[in-house]
Amino acid sequence: MKLKTILLTALVAVIYVLHQDFWNWKKADPLIFGFLPIGLAYQAGYSLLAAALMAVLVKTAWPKHLEDVQSEVKEQKGDHS
Amino acid sequence: MIPVIVISIYLVIIGVIGGLAFRKSQANTEDYFLANRSVGEMVFFLSLFATNMTAFAILGSSGQAYRQGIGIYGLMASSSGLVIPLTIFFIGTRLWALGKRFGHQTQVAFFRDRWECDTIGTMIFALSALMLVPYMIISIMGGGTVLAHLSDAGGTQAPIIPYPVGCAVVAVVVTLGVFLGGMRGTVWVNILQTTLFLCFGAVAVVTISHALPGGFGEYISKLAADPKTSFLVTREKMPPQAFWSYTLIPLSSIMFPHMAIMCFSARKVTAFRRTVVLYPLAIMLIWLPCVFLGVLGAATLGKVADADGILLLMLEKYALVWLAGILGAGIISAVMGSDAHQILALSTMFTKDIYQHYGGREKYGEKAAVYFARAFIIIVTLAAYVIALELKTKQGIFEIAIRYAFSGFAALAPVMVAALFWKRSTKWGALAATLFTAACLIYFAVLQNTRHPGDIIWQIGQGKEAIKVLFLNPRGDVSFWNGFMTVVPMVFGSALCMIIGSLVTRAPSQATIDKYFPEQISEPSRRSARLQPAFSATKASFTAG
Repeated sequence: MKLKTILLTALVAVIYVLHQDFWNWKKADPLIFGFLPIGLAYQAGYSLLAAALMAVLVKTAWPKHLEDVQSEVKEQKGDHS
Repeated sequence: MIPVIVISIYLVIIGVIGGLAFRKSQANTEDYFLANRSVGEMVFFLSLFATNMTAFAILGSSGQAYRQGIGIYGLMASSSGLVIPLTIFFIGTRLWALGKRFGHQTQVAFFRDRWECDTIGTMIFALSALMLVPYMIISIMGGGTVLAHLSDAGGTQAPIIPYPVGCAVVAVVVTLGVFLGGMRGTVWVNILQTTLFLCFGAVAVVTISHALPGGFGEYISKLAADPKTSFLVTREKMPPQAFWSYTLIPLSSIMFPHMAIMCFSARKVTAFRRTVVLYPLAIMLIWLPCVFLGVLGAATLGKVADADGILLLMLEKYALVWLAGILGAGIISAVMGSDAHQILALSTMFTKDIYQHYGGREKYGEKAAVYFARAFIIIVTLAAYVIALELKTKQGIFEIAIRYAFSGFAALAPVMVAALFWKRSTKWGALAATLFTAACLIYFAVLQNTRHPGDIIWQIGQGKEAIKVLFLNPRGDVSFWNGFMTVVPMVFGSALCMIIGSLVTRAPSQATIDKYFPEQISEPSRRSARLQPAFSATKASFTAG
């Protein structure tokens, strides 16, 4: 397995685990921005982290070979017309 | 009255868009069901998101937050924000490519071809259709609830649009849009719908914050200080096992037929790039305000009769009437966007996987298939409407969705993963996983309807050391191994069935493996394997057209 694949798999696994924020389980304070309980603010931040992870995956692990499918199908249609 | 007028205008706009799409449509199934696989990048994101978000995201989330607190966001939204984009990235893109190469329009068609077996496709069709209908019913129920709440003048009078009429309005408008416009009309409508409901949350929060003296902080602090309500701003009453179990639920998303079918409709695979990055943010934009306002509702409104209507009650109390109407249209958008795709998906599956697969096209032609699809849409919506009326008094929106649809579709995810990534997987493995899922659903449904909350069905050991293997929790949900949700044994059991079933039976033919895993074979064979089925599919559609 390539190093890049291992690193990206580990990154996804770590972010998956970070979802279980047991340390915020029984507390409401501090209120972020004066009104958002910490447990809710953490999970909102987690959503931003998920978006960042997806941006990294798109940048580094995009299945580029699938982009060829479009041209292959076009090429094939052209052959037949 | 004003909210009703605003929503009426919105419904008319939806109808007009459906009519415009109808004028642009062609009389073939690829155009009707997939808009000729021509959906562009941003529209694809808006439409896929509308497909995924239901009344459940707005009404169910705020209702559950009112009952259980802020934990609902982590339970469903943030985990979905990670898992759903991952499934779209790894599975959705591959489905798109298979649709382009081989002409598949549904995942059932893919399964049939991948495992050289009709029966497995028919089984998965039957199970998917059975699980999708409750999801459709939720949408109609959500629409009926919204229209009734928004037209009862803050609960001071009988609603101008009673619940049964509201359900009927939603069902008729959605049916007309899908009936006339097919996928193209649905996608066009989604642009307006998604924009509306993405704005909904922020506007609702700002509006309500202006109406509350002292701001949100005061109310949240009050909830935290009272031992009776402090659980709403923490997760102290939420079992960690259930919280983790929920991270498996979003696996269901890509297995919902309407989501998978949407993946076939993109013009280019690059449409997925922007979608997967925006997805977690869009989920946050909807869920965070809804969950927060649901909790706030507990502080500001106290006890209410219908928790799923908490958001609407807050809008009625704290927003200007015309604004409440626009916000109500935002909610209706979420309801209708997904409902339209569900109806279209059911119709697509029934037409392609049953009617055409078993000889309908040869007998009656391609045009007749579109008429057939339209007739099916009317029948299925009528059935869903009747059930929505019957179930209104029996179960909450959230419970129906979770118990019957999400867990079942999540348990089918291993079948899809195996089909796409494991060439040694076989129809017997897929059949075993599907039957296992169906058996679990039936068994758990029977338990929920025949046992009482707190009943223990299977326990190992006695006293404090005892492990409750299978039991009903105090809310009446079937639970597993001291508190995990049923989705856990279902997903892992299904994966195990898939693996064992495949390993002990004969692999698919080499031709099929070469067709679906062309990177393993030589370049000339690969081109042939890729193009040959696409030739056939294109030729068939040209002939039929």
